[in-house]
Amino acid sequence: MSARRPPLFGVHEGRGASFTDFGGWQMPVEFDSIRTEHAAVREDVGIFDVSHMGEIVVTGPDARELMNRLTTNDVAALAVGDSQYAAIVDEAGTMLDDTIVYRLPDEDGAPSYLFVPNAGHDETAYDRWIDHRDAWGLEATVENRTEECAMFAVQGPNSPSLVADAVEGPDVDRFAATHVTVAGVECWMARTGYTGEDGYEFVLPWEEAETVWDAFDCQPCGLGARDTLRLEGGFLLGGNEFDHGSNPRTPIEAGIEFAVELETEFVGRDALAAVVAEGPEERLVGLEVLERGIPRTGYDVASPDGETIGTVTSGTMSPTLGKPIGLAYVPAAYAEPGTALAVVVRGEPKEARVEATPFIDIA
Amino acid sequence: MSFETPEDRRYLESHEWALETDGTVRVGITDFAQDELGDVVFVELPEVGDAVDHEEAFGVIESIKAVSDLYAPAGGEIVDVNEALFDAPELVNDDPYDEGWMIEIEPTDVGELDGLLAAADYADQIA
Repeated sequence: MSARRPPLFGVHEGRGASFTDFGGWQMPVEFDSIRTEHAAVREDVGIFDVSHMGEIVVTGPDARELMNRLTTNDVAALAVGDSQYAAIVDEAGTMLDDTIVYRLPDEDGAPSYLFVPNAGHDETAYDRWIDHRDAWGLEATVENRTEECAMFAVQGPNSPSLVADAVEGPDVDRFAATHVTVAGVECWMARTGYTGEDGYEFVLPWEEAETVWDAFDCQPCGLGARDTLRLEGGFLLGGNEFDHGSNPRTPIEAGIEFAVELETEFVGRDALAAVVAEGPEERLVGLEVLERGIPRTGYDVASPDGETIGTVTSGTMSPTLGKPIGLAYVPAAYAEPGTALAVVVRGEPKEARVEATPFIDIA
Repeated sequence: MSFETPEDRRYLESHEWALETDGTVRVGITDFAQDELGDVVFVELPEVGDAVDHEEAFGVIESIKAVSDLYAPAGGEIVDVNEALFDAPELVNDDPYDEGWMIEIEPTDVGELDGLLAAADYADQIA
C-alpha cells in the first residue's frame, strides 16, 4: 500500500520539512526544530497540518443513536456546535480508537455529526459504522470524507488574536465549533486541540488547503512537536498508549474515564461497567525520571526492589520542563503520584517518580 | 542543504569524526549527524580510563525524537571526556566539530584511522 499524502505535501517539502510515515500517511515531522516549534506553541502560536486525521460524517434520523451506541460518551448531550472526547471500544471494552465528536448543524431536520478518527483508522471506523447501522436497521448516512478534507490546528496562547484576524465569523468558546470563512473558504472551526494550549482546529476542503494554510502567518510545526506537546499535556497517542492488537487497553486504565458515560447504551458498556466497579488492574501514569536518563517507548518500569512491573508507552525530554518525562502502565497499587519507581534505561534502573498528569498547566 | 565536512579529520560511515593531534584522537559527530538527530538533549559517555574498541559503541546520544549509538573510530583508552555536554548537550548541535566534541582516545593502533573516510569521501556519502 502506497503512503497517503496530505494536500500540502509539496508545499511542506518546499518549506524544507522532513517527513515521517504515520498511520500510513507521509506527514511533516519537523520544519525547523522540535524545540523551536514546541516553544512557538507554548509561548506564541504555531500551525500544524493534521490532514492525516480522519473525517467521518454521520447524518440522519438515527444518527444520534448510531453515534451513541458506537462511542463511549453521551452524544445526546451535544447541542449544535458542541464537541466531546470519546473512545471507540469493542464488546470487551478494549479501545479501538479515541476521537472527537462534533455536532454539525442539522440537515433537513435530522442531526448530523462529524467525528475524527486517528490516522489510518478512518476506513475501519467507516466499516464499523456501516456494519452496525445495517445490523441494527438504523436510518443514517455515513460518509468517509478523509480524502476530501484537510485539517489544520492553530495552537498557542496567541492563537485567538491570529484567528480573529484571519477568520470571518464568530469566535467560539473552548470545545465549541462553528462554520466560518477563512480567505473566502468555508471551514468548520473548533476550539479544540492536542497541545494543552488554547487553540483552534479547522476542517476544510482538500483543494482549498493552500489558501487556508497561507492565511495563518505563524510557525509551521510538525508531528515531532505535536508529540512532545501532547505528552506534556498528558494526552493519549493511539498506537502508543493503546493499540487494539499490541497493547489492548480499556479507557478506564488509560485514564479517560471522564469520556465514558455508563448511563448510555454502547458497545462495550457492560464490560467497562465491570472494570469501573472492580477497579482496573493497571493504570496509565505519568513518570518523571530523576536521574540522567530518558524514558522511551518499550522501556521496562521496575519497582524500587527491582521487579519489572510495567512498560513505558511514550517518553521524551520535556522541552518545556527540561526534565525526562513519560507515560507508563503500572499495577494500580503503584499509580499514586509520588510513588517511587525506576525506569530501566539500557539495562540500568534510573530512579523515577509517579507524577500527576498533565505535566504542565493546560488551557 | 550542505553540511560542513572539515578536511583536517577523518570520518566513520556512522557519522563520527576523528581528529588526531599529537597521538590522541578526539571524537565527535558530524554536522550532518547533528542535523539528522535534531535537538540533542542527552549524551552518555564513558569515563576516563575506560577502554573502547575499534568501531564498537562507546556511548549514546539522544535527541528529543531519537536514540543513537556512538561508535569509536579507533580502539584504545579514554583520556578525556567533554563533561560540558552533560549540562549543555545542545553544544553538539551548535558546534559539532569544536565545542561539541565528545571523547579523546589514546589509540592502541593509530593506523586504524587510515581505514576511515577522507572528508571528500564522507561528503559524497551524505550528498
